[in-house]
Amino acid sequence: MAKLSKPAKIYLAFVFFILYAPIFYLIFYSFNSGGTMSGFEDFTWEHYAAVFNDTRLLIIVLNTVIVALLSALISTAIGVLGAIGIIFLRNRKMRNAVLSLNTVLIVSPDVIIGASFLILFTMVGVKLGFASVLVSHIAFSIPIVVIMVLPKLQEMSSSLIDAATDLGASQRDILTRVIIPYIKPGIFAGFFLALTYSLDDFAVTFFVTGNGFATLSVEIYSMARAGITLTINALSALIFVVTLGLVLGYYFFNQRSGANAGTGGTRP
Amino acid sequence: MTNRSSRPWYLAPYYIWILLFVIAPIALVVYFSFLDLAGNFTLENYANFFSSTYFRMTLSSFWYAFLITFISVLIAYPTAYWLTKTKHKQLWLLLIIIPSWINLLLKAYAFIGIFGLYGPANQLIQFFGAGPLQILFTDFSFVFVAVYIFIPFMVLPIFNSLDKINSALIDASRDLGASQWTTFRRVIFPLAINGVKSGVQAVFIPALSLFVITRLIAGNKVITLGTAIEQQFLVTQNWGMGSTIAVFLILFMIIIMLLTGPKEKGGALNGKAK
Repeated sequence: MAKLSKPAKIYLAFVFFILYAPIFYLIFYSFNSGGTMSGFEDFTWEHYAAVFNDTRLLIIVLNTVIVALLSALISTAIGVLGAIGIIFLRNRKMRNAVLSLNTVLIVSPDVIIGASFLILFTMVGVKLGFASVLVSHIAFSIPIVVIMVLPKLQEMSSSLIDAATDLGASQRDILTRVIIPYIKPGIFAGFFLALTYSLDDFAVTFFVTGNGFATLSVEIYSMARAGITLTINALSALIFVVTLGLVLGYYFFNQRSGANAGTGGTRP
Repeated sequence: MTNRSSRPWYLAPYYIWILLFVIAPIALVVYFSFLDLAGNFTLENYANFFSSTYFRMTLSSFWYAFLITFISVLIAYPTAYWLTKTKHKQLWLLLIIIPSWINLLLKAYAFIGIFGLYGPANQLIQFFGAGPLQILFTDFSFVFVAVYIFIPFMVLPIFNSLDKINSALIDASRDLGASQWTTFRRVIFPLAINGVKSGVQAVFIPALSLFVITRLIAGNKVITLGTAIEQQFLVTQNWGMGSTIAVFLILFMIIIMLLTGPKEKGGALNGKAK
């Protein structure tokens, strides 16, 4: 393998610089005692203190985490069962149809998901707020879980199930003792992705959240529209650390367990 | 339930999900696109869409999406190419991906500061002797930030397809006397074209439907199809017109997906670009 030439190295360094500079710029100014993102005055923790003293903001963070955990749990349950169902569909045409329907929400732009869910909730009469946000997050996470679980199911040999049946296992036993343990890495991958999708979502939530309820990204949006407050910087530094921890933790968890479930965004 | 050939009960929630959250929303959007503000049946929304205002908006949205996609490919291709030649390429790739996990709003917010009147971008310009410029709320800042956000989504599929190329093919081409450039043009590029296609697909459609960046960075100077939908739904409260634009966005999406061909396996998982 040829070594990288100098221009190549400079180019890559430049790309990495551009990718990371804005993020570190944000974090750097979160320690600025002057109230702006230009001209660093003095080092301070006051913006972090502001984040932790803002009860409203903390409640929003709590809301966001609750929505993420609940939606990831529920969508993983539905998605895993759905994926198992798809695998057992004998009719090829039917299976392909279900698979295409599954991808619709993955490829649809967020504005369309948000707008159409808004119509749906209004027509059905669901009050916009916690419930509508949670249900939307479950809805757009389900297809991801299915996609993450399906390859594991496909590589599972059907003789495993036959053996279990021959040995007298009930359908429930087959599900809980054979299938689910086998596809566990896929389930974890799906859960993790559902979690990050929920935490990361802005556009869909923005459409279906009413006046009373906000998640962190919706709150950041309204703060950012009002202008620069270094509280957002402190908040983003905290979010960056948490995100990095999650991604790296997941990456190494996957490496160690040797599971080939893919690292979500990195190795589909 | 004991009979294996019977329809499994555990599929029920999944099918209900398909019905309620995949089929029903699309049907509702199509239905609403035929309604006027009072809720009567009308074709006026469609007539409006082809009027000059919306037509021009659609064209400009396409133009910006094209620019963003094109620049992303230009930047991402060499990045992906050289990344495949690094020693710990999976680690470097992970480093390219990590920024895509950071919330889009925070990245947009960072650029409000960077492109601000006293921000580092203007300090750099002043260092070279020019006066402070209004960078924020221009179409330049919009395209720049959009490209910034989409680069990881473009690098990833291109990297994957470049990485899959058998290096024996490249050696063969060199042995047969092809120059480095010819090898790239005749061997590497055609073999990795699917990665570029997946990347274009992962960037172009989201670029058409962006509305966060237009609001925060372009200051309503750039109206994309996504911005227009958001405007109609949440500001003007004209759901009929918003739905009509959404119907066209869905149509454009289908056309683009057909044009860029069958995705590479897992291409849709490149992440959720907004």
